[in-house]
Amino acid sequence: MKRRDFLQTIGPAGIVFPALINGFTFKAFAESPLVSALTQAPTETDHVLVIIQLNGGNDGLNTVIPFDQYDQLANARSNIIIPKNKLLKLNGTSLTGLHPSMTGLQTLFNEEKLQIIQSVGYPQPNFSHFRATDIWMSASDSNQYINSGWAGRYLAEEYAGFPSAYPNAVMPDPLAIQIGSFVSPAMQGPSVNMGMAISDPVNFYNLINGIQGASPNTRGGKELTYIRQVAQQTTQYGAAIKNAAAKVTKQFSGYPTGNSLADQLKIVARLIAGGLKTRIYMVSLGGFDTHAQQVIANATDTGAHARLLQRVSEGIKAFMDDLTFLNAHKRVIGMTFSEFGRRIKSNSSGGTDHGAAAPLFVFGHYAQNDVLGTSPEIPLITSASANVPMQYDFRSVYSSLLKQWFCVPDTTLENVMLKNFQNLRVVKSSAPCMSSNPDIPPSLEANLVLNNYPNPFQSSTTLTYESRGGHTLLQVFNTEGKLIKTLVDKEVSAGSHKITFENEGYAPGIYYARLQNNNQQQTRTMMMGR
Amino acid sequence: MKKPKVLKRVKKVKFNPQGSFRTLAGVEQYAAVWNESKLRHLLRRTLFGFKQEDFDSWKSKSMAEVVQLLISTSPAPLPPINNYNDTNFSDPTVPAGQTWVNAPYDGNANGRRNSSLKSWWLGNLLQQNSSIHEKMTLFWHNHFATESADVGDARYMYRYYSLLRKYALGNFKDLVLEITKDPAMLRYLNGYLNTKTAPDENYARELQELFTLGKGPLVFYTEADVRAAARVLTGYTVNATTISSAFDPNRHDTGNKQFSTYYQNKVILGKTGVNGAKETEELIDMLFLQEETALYLSRKLYRFFVYYEIDAATEANVIVPMANLFRASSYEIRPVLELLFKSTHFYDPVNVAGLIKSPLDYCVGLCKEFKIQFPDSADFANQYLMYDYIRTQASNMQQNLADPPSVSGWPAYYQAPQFHELWINSDTLPRRNQFMNILLTSGYTRNGKKIVIDVLPYIHELSDPGNPNLLIRDTVAHLCAIELTTEVIQFLKGILLSGQSTDSYWTDAWTSYKANPNNTVTRNMVVSRLNSMFSYLLNLPEYQLS
Repeated sequence: MKRRDFLQTIGPAGIVFPALINGFTFKAFAESPLVSALTQAPTETDHVLVIIQLNGGNDGLNTVIPFDQYDQLANARSNIIIPKNKLLKLNGTSLTGLHPSMTGLQTLFNEEKLQIIQSVGYPQPNFSHFRATDIWMSASDSNQYINSGWAGRYLAEEYAGFPSAYPNAVMPDPLAIQIGSFVSPAMQGPSVNMGMAISDPVNFYNLINGIQGASPNTRGGKELTYIRQVAQQTTQYGAAIKNAAAKVTKQFSGYPTGNSLADQLKIVARLIAGGLKTRIYMVSLGGFDTHAQQVIANATDTGAHARLLQRVSEGIKAFMDDLTFLNAHKRVIGMTFSEFGRRIKSNSSGGTDHGAAAPLFVFGHYAQNDVLGTSPEIPLITSASANVPMQYDFRSVYSSLLKQWFCVPDTTLENVMLKNFQNLRVVKSSAPCMSSNPDIPPSLEANLVLNNYPNPFQSSTTLTYESRGGHTLLQVFNTEGKLIKTLVDKEVSAGSHKITFENEGYAPGIYYARLQNNNQQQTRTMMMGR
Repeated sequence: MKKPKVLKRVKKVKFNPQGSFRTLAGVEQYAAVWNESKLRHLLRRTLFGFKQEDFDSWKSKSMAEVVQLLISTSPAPLPPINNYNDTNFSDPTVPAGQTWVNAPYDGNANGRRNSSLKSWWLGNLLQQNSSIHEKMTLFWHNHFATESADVGDARYMYRYYSLLRKYALGNFKDLVLEITKDPAMLRYLNGYLNTKTAPDENYARELQELFTLGKGPLVFYTEADVRAAARVLTGYTVNATTISSAFDPNRHDTGNKQFSTYYQNKVILGKTGVNGAKETEELIDMLFLQEETALYLSRKLYRFFVYYEIDAATEANVIVPMANLFRASSYEIRPVLELLFKSTHFYDPVNVAGLIKSPLDYCVGLCKEFKIQFPDSADFANQYLMYDYIRTQASNMQQNLADPPSVSGWPAYYQAPQFHELWINSDTLPRRNQFMNILLTSGYTRNGKKIVIDVLPYIHELSDPGNPNLLIRDTVAHLCAIELTTEVIQFLKGILLSGQSTDSYWTDAWTSYKANPNNTVTRNMVVSRLNSMFSYLLNLPEYQLS
């Protein structure tokens, strides 16, 4: 029974908490299984999700490199392409390689602790950092403004009534913690922000060690120190965090230095292993806005982007090693995201401009170990504005993590995600607390069929697709990711179907048809001639 | 106003100040550069927060001009009105929207009138612009404290407030005489019960201990002096119909009153008939002949406007000269304020940002800094409700307007060693931040009306809102008395830029909002970032300093 449901049957939360439950005070009975069942947050889980935000728009095509599209890619970005022989290979796939600086992630993949999800994005991509970030945080449609964040909505479902009567015996800890930034808009609930922020690692160590920052040698400085002391004492959850940190006296020794992401993840590992019941952590690394000189000419596997990816890879690897060292590795899944990927074609200043879909990583002991989706298709001739078409909606990734990792039931999921998204296999089916399986096992994935004829075409082309029945979506995007036409968006019967795409005066060039049927999708490149 | 021709020179103390938070600077006129940060310091200390537009209009003025403006009086507000008629209660003698201050006492109405008074008083703080007048009224409220809960009649409290306000920038000695006869004070300290047959020492004691001489180490009045003063003060009565006080010779002790050697063995000769009241003036003359009275008041002003700690150098270089001027100008208040606000000591870097905002400074200041829009006087019922919300918040933070905790006023102004650090504790600091967060996010809604911080008009008044560096520079200069570290500034910028490192991303977002101010998406793109930035900035301990 959900705690919220329970409360609803008796009365408002504010009344029931200090009152009696079956004649016993809440506090005295808090640890008993009975009350735990009655008042525990709806879902019993010790799972943790760690979200790594890569600020600036990570160049996905220079992170996860398609071997099968390598020649076209080299053609489109000759000044930054990394030599093929330097790319890192992955066990079990010949189609996908990693940037040479990501040996840590290569190891994780080969140890079956990493998933790569190809071409994650959303229809009508926005190329503004701010707007795109807001879209990723709120999980809104491109043209929709939503005031709350996806993680905040999830936590609001789980911990009804927050923040009144929190912290409490059932949830004594922060619901979500942001390190290295202000509280992320992703954690904004419908009315209040569900997270707390530790603005930077220095502040964390100051907090747990009771140290104040420097202040000027004036009366103002003296009073500032006094107020800071009080502020530190009264930081909501300050004691909980100190206690958790105090329980972990030794951590994995292999964290890299000079890596702010690793610094943040080290704190996360400590708090998780220290026993915080916090469900969601968010950390971030900036600098991915690589418009110029993202590589060193003639040594394209080095340079600014290589350093960033190295930090990501080494940070995550050390974090995973630390979790194993602390015996908390089975509780944690992580994901990376960036507000967008970058253009297929590089620019003449040795960088890449704002783009659309990009790969993301899911990591953890129970992370599904595969490359989900196909390599992005790179055209032979690429315009400067060409983008990687999306295969997976980013909200499908959120939704699948909530469902498979946090065991969120479908009805709640729809409240959180605001609509129904494809369920993708992102967590190994062996993980505990699996409420349901993805709609269709990934092994069947290759069975979808999408074709068009004629191709190239001028006035119209006929798309033929096979659906396994159920909800089917067939859309046409241009190379900038803009949704041109939705051809099918309904329940269809299993079997083969046909529909015609008419040229309604569109510009000549490449178009992508994207078929989505339950958890599967396929894209097809269509050429519109003059 | 009289001004002294010659200021008594005090030999400056030259010994080495102990500790690092000290200064030897005295009351000599500040002669170094008069710049924006000095002006902001002056405004922070003398007003309840200030609006950017007020600052802009004062920027071009000299220190002398600004101080003159600040210490000039402002007109008294219209009296509080009946905002409280509702479905449960209707004042039988006062229509809604009319003032109740002259209406007959009504036991059922009094609680509501008292709330009306408090809301109205808070509104006066909010509406006070370029004058120190309301802040000085609050200073005197703390000095001559009464509690509305004890006085028990809101009409008395209105007259008490009016008296404090009338003399707030006038003559301190006159104020002492008037407050001695004030009906609220007569009730509060039992002056109206002080008769020849049953003397009540309450007021006579506080008059010396709290209102004039203080209880410093150099004050040696005796218990016999308290009794003698109480006898002088016998005979005052209060007329509960007219809310006025009177002197009743029949209740006055007409015997001679002998004072101790501390008062140079002064004898106040007993007087009969209406002349008995003249003894009060003689008593006050006697108190004001003591050097300690001016010193005590100077220290109180200093603690209210500068800092709580008074070391030997400050005593010699600031307090003594202030007290000398106070006496030389026959206890006129403005010359002393002028001296302090123009002094080198006041602008010494050691003293900048050293004051912790009182709850009223914090709450009213936040409203003024962001020009929070309250319902106007036509919608008085809701206007008063909103004032009441702010007042209640300050009260929850331990400063309840019209109800200080005791006759001593708020401990933050007298309780050593912590003094105004007492405002900040593990209960009150989160309350401050919660209040700010409510106003910054959802706003406070009551009766369908809302008060909320609207960041966009605020940002529009900055010199260059499209430039994130200047936006932050201007905002921090306005809102923080103490400098922020480079790391914090960078952090604030990181919020504005969503973690990006290129300034133009903010500029672009701002430009696209400006081009399309009614577009929800472009508008929210800047508003959400500004709100996050302000939430962080105003949560900083630095914002608690004045």
